[in-house]
Amino acid sequence: MEINKKKEKDVLVVSVSGRIDAVTAPDFEKNLSESIGAGEKTFLIKMNQLEYISSAGLRSILAIAKVLKTREGKMIFSGLQGPVKDVFKISGFGSIFTIYDTEEDALKQF
Amino acid sequence: MDDNVQSIVVPAHLNSLQKSVAFVSSFTRKLGFDSRRLSEIDLCVEEVLVNIFNYAYPGEQGEVEISCRSGPEGTLTVKIVDSGIPFNILSSDDPDISANIDERHIGGLGIYFVKQLMDRVEYRRENNKNILSLINNSAAVSRPVDK
Repeated sequence: MEINKKKEKDVLVVSVSGRIDAVTAPDFEKNLSESIGAGEKTFLIKMNQLEYISSAGLRSILAIAKVLKTREGKMIFSGLQGPVKDVFKISGFGSIFTIYDTEEDALKQF
Repeated sequence: MDDNVQSIVVPAHLNSLQKSVAFVSSFTRKLGFDSRRLSEIDLCVEEVLVNIFNYAYPGEQGEVEISCRSGPEGTLTVKIVDSGIPFNILSSDDPDISANIDERHIGGLGIYFVKQLMDRVEYRRENNKNILSLINNSAAVSRPVDK
């Protein structure tokens, strides 16, 4: 798993690639928690390059989303592919989060 | 095609996850499943193993045996055996997948994936072991596109 971050207006764009499994999910969660600690409130998680996510990854996403909500922040997603898209659908995450096709579409909302 | 079986035994610890999934992948990749199905199998194997790693051997060390078998009709069976506390994933409750962010609890999702994605799941408790089989129809059998 690799994480790259950049700032677009008030949005922190987090590109995550590779695999978020039970081994890498804690690193993902820690990385995003640090950004929350640094005052970031709006996260766009860009998943074009994410090949795989398991329930451990979803657990981390939910944990971060809950913290953001208490701080009036939010987390949105773009570019879900193949298995990642399927996992979001089966888990219901596709309904509880806002998901855009592309980063551009997502950023237009701000 | 005769039955082909391969197995490994790993410590029941999160450190074994990537090796275990790689072992199953190297077997399933030869069977003609498409990339989506291969990824679903990886996912279900991870979910079952992580559950065992976290809960099967509270406060002690243990092992997990993983066997892959391809049958004469191209059926794939991944059998996962541990000697930990009895646990039948088939008897666990499904999570509420319609709850919103505040109400949502994450527990049970991994097992739910296994029940949703595998063609058949069988559990038995035998000689103080949990024996779980994840069974997948041949890659040649057509499957619903949007299961």
